Amino acid sequence: MNRRLDVLVCSGAACVSSHSAEVKSALACEIDARGLSDEIRLVETGCMGPCELGPVLLIYPGGTFYVRVSPNDVAEIVEEHFLKGRPVRRLLWETPEARRIAEEKKQVPFFEKQQKIVLANCGEIDPENIEEFIATGGYEALGRALTEKSPEELIETLVASGLRGRGGAGFPTGLKWRFVARESGKTKVVVCNADEGDPGAFMDRSLLEGDPHSVIEGMTIAAYAVGANHGYVYVRAEYPLAIRRLKTAIEQARNAGLLGLNILETGFAFDLEVRIGAGAFVCGEETALIASIEGERGMPRTRPPYPSTSGVFGHPTLINNAETWGNIRHIVLHGAQWFAAIGTPQSPGTKVFALSGKVVNTGLVEVPMGTTLREVIFDIGGGIPNGKAFKAVQTGGPSGGCIPAEYLDTPIDYESLKKLGAIMGSGGIIVMDEDNCMVNIAKYFLDFTCDESCGKCVPCRAGTRQMLDLLEKITDGKGETADIDRLRSLGMMVASTSLCGLGQSAPNPVLSTLKYFGHEYQAHIHEHRCEAKVCPSMIRFEINPAACRACDKCRTVCPVTAITGKPGTPPYQLDAQTCIRCGRCAEVCPFDAIAINSGDLN
Amino acid sequence: MKLEELRQIRERASKELSLRKGNARIKVVIGMGTSGIAAGARDVMAAFLDEISVRNLTDVVVTQTGERGLASSEPVVDVLITGEPKVSYGQMTADKARRVVVEHLVNGNAVTDFVIEVRG
Repeated sequence: MNRRLDVLVCSGAACVSSHSAEVKSALACEIDARGLSDEIRLVETGCMGPCELGPVLLIYPGGTFYVRVSPNDVAEIVEEHFLKGRPVRRLLWETPEARRIAEEKKQVPFFEKQQKIVLANCGEIDPENIEEFIATGGYEALGRALTEKSPEELIETLVASGLRGRGGAGFPTGLKWRFVARESGKTKVVVCNADEGDPGAFMDRSLLEGDPHSVIEGMTIAAYAVGANHGYVYVRAEYPLAIRRLKTAIEQARNAGLLGLNILETGFAFDLEVRIGAGAFVCGEETALIASIEGERGMPRTRPPYPSTSGVFGHPTLINNAETWGNIRHIVLHGAQWFAAIGTPQSPGTKVFALSGKVVNTGLVEVPMGTTLREVIFDIGGGIPNGKAFKAVQTGGPSGGCIPAEYLDTPIDYESLKKLGAIMGSGGIIVMDEDNCMVNIAKYFLDFTCDESCGKCVPCRAGTRQMLDLLEKITDGKGETADIDRLRSLGMMVASTSLCGLGQSAPNPVLSTLKYFGHEYQAHIHEHRCEAKVCPSMIRFEINPAACRACDKCRTVCPVTAITGKPGTPPYQLDAQTCIRCGRCAEVCPFDAIAINSGDLN
Repeated sequence: MKLEELRQIRERASKELSLRKGNARIKVVIGMGTSGIAAGARDVMAAFLDEISVRNLTDVVVTQTGERGLASSEPVVDVLITGEPKVSYGQMTADKARRVVVEHLVNGNAVTDFVIEVRG
């Protein structure tokens, strides 16, 4: 019998953590119990994007999109929707601002402004079934490349497309390919950098989980173009699902003759190995990654020689980021002109972003380059939750910079972001609202890079430590005016004297917050005031005697008995000396009688 | 595997994915409310799915909907063809369903004997 329904269960890591596997098995049981197994197919897909709302289900035809599905909802979905054709409205995606029910996926604003090229298959096909990938045109680009195109033609196409490295630096991909192709060495290597280390970034993981074959196909095309027969995919060990699906995909490609000694019976040979990294941030830097593949400690090396001349085990090496690899097959299929027309002239194509922080729709989005930050955060991201005010957006992870509200209309491309002191990076976007203290944010990111510094260069190893100490001094309320200049000059020194990208960009969060949020540093130092009321040394809890109704709730939750009073006889007293500023009292107070204040008393 | 074989796999596999593409020319909507199911809508649907599969029609999706209100005419089936008015059939059976596939879906002529409404 013909199938009439495809039920796609998102099995990206975020949905798996919110128990999508249980939803899937419940669905399988229920569908089976009602004898619908022949008509309805369950498919596990990669990440669909709106991770905040997981587990999510997508049902075709119709594209009904269910969010936050629990195993308890399954019987109702099968009975009402699959059997009787009535979508279960309470599980449909509602947008908070309009409260309207978006019945079809294309009506969900989250998807409307996106243009999915790299992620087109993520959430639409079963990543563990090579036939579904082939059905969407998979491996056609490889087939055409091997049978119809010369390596030179492919490289010309890549150069003309204007594709730039999606790992962060934005180096033209075609030029990289050309450099490696021109090397005379007999053995050449192709590497996929999927060592995604930025906190909050999960673009590469989702691509490997949702569409691993697209990365394999891109790498194989490149191997043919530059004359390589061996490749590595370097993935971090924290991505077990991505690793499993990638290995399955490699195995399937080998069995189908799409990897191995005689690819598509053209005589071209290429094979892939998966290398698992231990999760050091610095291993995302290409020379450190190469050292790690070789079994050495992950530390960057001086360049030149560049990997294109001497990379893995001294062989000319072509190294690109996972998302870059995901673009290749589309460029080969549709041509350089098609790709160059998307995005902006300097930064063509789309970019995948991991949207997180203080934003309604957190998740994975893909937009044409040149889309503004405002469109990504407010139109796709749904704005700031709980009616709070937007304060800043951090792009590029811990090496990026914080961009304030006045630059929200900046188009996202490599140059525009750099001009603002931020970077594209691998594509993390962290949104901050009025409750985020920018000094504390800078401290958080610096704490990360200081911890992750490999220690090879003194400026990075010791300089980030010194900067971190200064930031701690300021947030502890002991800052001096001169600390701002110290931070700035240290930051510039670390950036200009470190060997690799980690050290060169580590001061970015500090330098950009000093530039755009200098007044917050000033307030911390001179008034001991933390605007966002985050830094514990600068806030105090105070009971408003007029509002206190002596309900006794605050006293019972206080872990250090800083609050005293008798039920029924207001006001209660709070002893500031004893208070540890945990905030529990303010949370439980039903009358909003406990205020959080910051700044010197005068 | 050769490139031709890859393309054959694609041909076969893309049919498997046709449900996920919104480009079906014909939509068959079967009323599957309680009274529809009680009157035999499931057999009707099974017959539609089977006949469509046997005839290898790729631009048809079969979907279901709830109660229309006209309980005496159940099972009710709507046939929507792009650019043509909506045709509703009443008191359907598996055999009638197979006739609708042949005469309406394939040959483009509504089976007037079972039509209860034409709209649009």
